[in-house]
Amino acid sequence: MSFLNSLISGISLGSIYAIIALGYTMVYGIAKMLNFAHGDVIMVGAYICFFATSRFGLPPLLGVLLAVIVCTVLGMTIEKLAYAPLRSAPSLAVLITAIGVSYFLQNAALLLWTPNPKVFPNFFARTVLTPEGAVFEKTGVELFGGALRISYVTLVTILVNVVIMIALTAFTGNTKMGKAMRACSEDKDAARLMGISVNTTISVTFAIGSGLAAIAGVLFMSAYPNLVPTTGSMPGIKAFTAAVFGGIGSIPGAFLGGLLLGVIEIFAKTYISTQLSDAIVFAVLIIVLLVKPTGLLGRQIREKV
Amino acid sequence: MAELLNVNDINVYYGAIHAIKGVSFHVDEGEIVTLIGANGAGKSTTLHTISGLLRSKTGSITFDGKNIGNVQAHKLVEHGLAQVPEGRRIFLQMTVEENLEMGAYTQPNANTAASLERVYEQFPRLKERQRQIAGTLSGGEQQMLAMGRALMSKPKLLMLDEPSMGLAPILVEQIFDIIQKLHKAGTTILLVEQNAQMALSVADRAYVLETGKITLSGTGDELIHSDEVRKAYLGG
Repeated sequence: MSFLNSLISGISLGSIYAIIALGYTMVYGIAKMLNFAHGDVIMVGAYICFFATSRFGLPPLLGVLLAVIVCTVLGMTIEKLAYAPLRSAPSLAVLITAIGVSYFLQNAALLLWTPNPKVFPNFFARTVLTPEGAVFEKTGVELFGGALRISYVTLVTILVNVVIMIALTAFTGNTKMGKAMRACSEDKDAARLMGISVNTTISVTFAIGSGLAAIAGVLFMSAYPNLVPTTGSMPGIKAFTAAVFGGIGSIPGAFLGGLLLGVIEIFAKTYISTQLSDAIVFAVLIIVLLVKPTGLLGRQIREKV
Repeated sequence: MAELLNVNDINVYYGAIHAIKGVSFHVDEGEIVTLIGANGAGKSTTLHTISGLLRSKTGSITFDGKNIGNVQAHKLVEHGLAQVPEGRRIFLQMTVEENLEMGAYTQPNANTAASLERVYEQFPRLKERQRQIAGTLSGGEQQMLAMGRALMSKPKLLMLDEPSMGLAPILVEQIFDIIQKLHKAGTTILLVEQNAQMALSVADRAYVLETGKITLSGTGDELIHSDEVRKAYLGG
């Protein structure tokens, strides 16, 4: 049972990585840049949702919606102010800018919301009355007489991930904007000659990635409720790893990479060592990249002549 | 015939390199005009400047009565300008039909089906392969796809950049047949070619570009019989 428990926790954690990894991979696919501030957008989303629900008493769903809206606008603003002026700059300049934006967001959060940890509420707990009349918070379902315990957060996380992946696949496969995004990721000048505005497309990509980051932030906080201004960096780095692992630029790659990374991490924690789990995760990444430098589902990048 | 495109004294630089030095020419409605010249003469640079991917420091580019010198590349399609870029530049990971749909990006969705029908009629081969990933097409088919994609926007002017590049002679003939058919159907064409023989044989008028300058111009017939052109581009 402990195997099944670990597997389910791994898939759940991996689902969060996968949702965050989408932001990295889509932005990389289209703007050809690594947006290292992406992890901190998660943190902003979590704070917005926290304040909306805990301080202003909004219902959870409205809190999440507000977080998504704020992060979408934040992502587009970051892109316009920080990255768009560097469109033709060397990639190192863009990378350093992204790291700068990341520090800016963390320090702005420190100033605004102090370093004191906030305890993120569990939206998925249900108040249950026992037959004896006692009241307790039910946070999950128990199967096989309590041997297998799955929390609601876990179930919702996995479900949300699946829905997002299906929706995004439909979006990039069937809509005009989605196809334009794929066209831009292949060849920007050719896309311009088709009448596609590359700037708009990049903007939309940032909007989608950042909105998803807000959702991931809420899900991550629901599972690990300790909210501080640096909350976003570790899941951000892990999700970036997941994106590279799966093949950066590929949406199914982000899905696969995220899930695998989550499962490996939890298994390493369960069966090997909690302290070494991150080292094991990154060791697996290094091995995969040595064998397949483009990642699991990454395509060979062909140099144009 | 009304003048459709007027390029007047453009100068284009790549950093310190002066690639286009005061080039002027025009294309009238219904014409096939060709720019010929050796590799590196500035043919593609000229096309990219017209389509807005590059900018000229001087002069003006007028298209259909409007100054387009400062219009962004992606807005020119709506003005009726389409370019088939050098090396085809189709979207290799998308299907044939998706590539064509991208060509109609600026058109209302309601028109796409009719445009697809029209292009499939011109290129029956593309219809056979509509669900295929474009990267799996042969070179000739990819060129047809690039041309079909450009025609999806019903352009007033079709600019073709080296359509014969990398194709077997039989396919080159096919592509030029198609160019002539498109011309007969009323499309105005600006053709850039290294294959001077083929280009001059279909062109109404032609310009010879040498190291960023126009050195000769005339009707296709005149140039094909000109000694200078024969020596430089037609192998004696």
